[in-house]
Amino acid sequence: MVKKVFTSNRAVAEAVKLAKPQVIPVYPITPQTTISEYLAQFVADGDLKSEYIRVESEHSAISAALGASGAGVRVFTATSSQGLALMHEILFAAAGMRSPIVLVDANRALSAPLSIWNDQQDTISERDSGWLQIYAENAQEALDAVLIAYRVAEDRDVLLPCMVCIDGYFLTHTVEPLEVPSPEEVDQYLPPYKPYAFLDTENPMSIGTFTDPDYYMEARYAIEGAMEKSKEVMVQANQEFAKIFGRKYDLVEKYKCDDAEIIIVAMGSVCGTIKDVIDSLRDEGEKIGLLKIRVFRPFPREEIKQVLENGSKVAVIDKNISFGMGGVLYNNIKAKTNAEAYGFIAGLGGRDITTEYVREIVEKTKNPTREIEWIGLKTEEV
Amino acid sequence: MNISEKEFLAPGHRACAGCGATVGVRLALKALGKNTVAVSATGCLEVITTPYPETAWNIPWIHVAFENAAAVASGVERALKSQGKDAQVVAFAGDGGTADIGLQALSGAMERGHNLIYICYDNEAYMNTGVQRSGATPYGASTTTSPHGKESFGEDKPKKNIPMIMAAHGVPYVATASISFPEDFMKKVQKAKETDGPAYIHLHQPCTTGWGYDPSKTIELGRLAVETGSWILYEIEDGDFRVTYRPMERKMVDEYLLAQKRFKHLTQEERNRIQKNVDALCTELKI
Repeated sequence: MVKKVFTSNRAVAEAVKLAKPQVIPVYPITPQTTISEYLAQFVADGDLKSEYIRVESEHSAISAALGASGAGVRVFTATSSQGLALMHEILFAAAGMRSPIVLVDANRALSAPLSIWNDQQDTISERDSGWLQIYAENAQEALDAVLIAYRVAEDRDVLLPCMVCIDGYFLTHTVEPLEVPSPEEVDQYLPPYKPYAFLDTENPMSIGTFTDPDYYMEARYAIEGAMEKSKEVMVQANQEFAKIFGRKYDLVEKYKCDDAEIIIVAMGSVCGTIKDVIDSLRDEGEKIGLLKIRVFRPFPREEIKQVLENGSKVAVIDKNISFGMGGVLYNNIKAKTNAEAYGFIAGLGGRDITTEYVREIVEKTKNPTREIEWIGLKTEEV
Repeated sequence: MNISEKEFLAPGHRACAGCGATVGVRLALKALGKNTVAVSATGCLEVITTPYPETAWNIPWIHVAFENAAAVASGVERALKSQGKDAQVVAFAGDGGTADIGLQALSGAMERGHNLIYICYDNEAYMNTGVQRSGATPYGASTTTSPHGKESFGEDKPKKNIPMIMAAHGVPYVATASISFPEDFMKKVQKAKETDGPAYIHLHQPCTTGWGYDPSKTIELGRLAVETGSWILYEIEDGDFRVTYRPMERKMVDEYLLAQKRFKHLTQEERNRIQKNVDALCTELKI
């Protein structure tokens, strides 16, 4: 273990170096690009023995990743926003083909209007693709999530791809102190990849076949089962992680929730700001808590229910919008709990979610007038 | 030529009677042998050979989507390389999956220089979805999206020249072929296999349903395409262009056109125009 000061993009690249994928097809896109640059340099310097493929699009990045995974090796790719949207078709194929690809997405708004800044519309829009999704709060979580992602995705009971979501700029370009694990520790946690079914000339099989109505539903049901099972596998992977690296993760993280009258629910880097505001509000005598959703898929239904169904009011912050319905996290929580919840759309296209905005969300939850509120909206510009 | 009796594409698949695509794949795999990994684009070939839980492939095979066969093959090739395996990667895609929707992925893969063979089985339209026009549909052909009618004589653009586009990428081995010239085709597949780096083969193959002819005439019609100069067999090895088959006496294009429903609507004047274009190219190539 070494203490370093890195951006999340660098932290991710270090994690990938430690996980040693044999094939890395990547295509540059802001704000992911430095991940691909660091990895290219690691390969150029001989520090990472991977086949690095400079593909001509994100569609080909994920396609080559899926091909390589089918040929039986560990793979990595990274993208953002428009790139993830371009991958959309193949994301579903990767899950359907039960390919344990790990992808890091630098969360960024989707066009139009064109924006290179952060929100989480890109990954949220892929929530039904069959990929697991982990959202990181900081650089340390980003690094650790990549290692955990491989461990869970490659588990025989799961075999689903996993997306690690890191907020563009807030994480990708912000330096933070973190611990980089030693290669020995990582080798202990993440043994070399042993493929389950792959392209083998000694034992030929057909992968990615055509399916008629007699079998399609069963294949989809199997994914549903793997997604359910992945929860348990993720919990075990977190426990094992804590044993080796000393950092403990759960599907959700409770911050001062036990006596809270209002619980804020959020994902990603904004949780740091929210924790700060909660500390100040607690000093002012207000009982506020945070439920951080670290793993969005599989959706931790029971864990969320347990925390939110204790009578407190709930404020869900979404950096995405399902038009006419409010945020997607809000809708998922409404669907799976009986909590008195309100939805807040904030931080779209990189608009900062300031401490003032978090306080405003708390105030609005105390005296709600609307089910869904847009925070920080310049009404004069609408 | 010694042709292996071993079959790597099993019979009993769902192709139409008289399907030219499966003839091509069967021959290609005989030339490549057991130590081969195949990638398919979505299309006729994928659908007819792999209706789950059956498969016609006796070698490892993968399919992901329509436009990405070359990208998937790129990943497979590098993954095999990283494991020290020397299996030959071959991608099969139709003309739509190659000339249209898959061209970007193909261009990228060829430019990167992967050690893979890409075989386009060209039946000159989107046959899997019901004979829609593709970039490889020839001038004058009537398809369901370029139908002939009062205001139309069918496809009004010449066939996109993919082999030359590949040659322009500096691909070390580029060839055209026909399923009706099996030895010529298989020799080219073997050369492609021996090539260090990427190889591209554009395989012409008649389609009984899309072109409109009796299923027993597939091989005959493929031969007629070459004998009339409508399809030219050549190879480009490290930039050196060579015609690999010259008909003893070139037949009239009419003989080829009139044997197919897709050209039946053409007037003599329109057919003459096609003959003129064929003559110009053949004269240039001394065919």
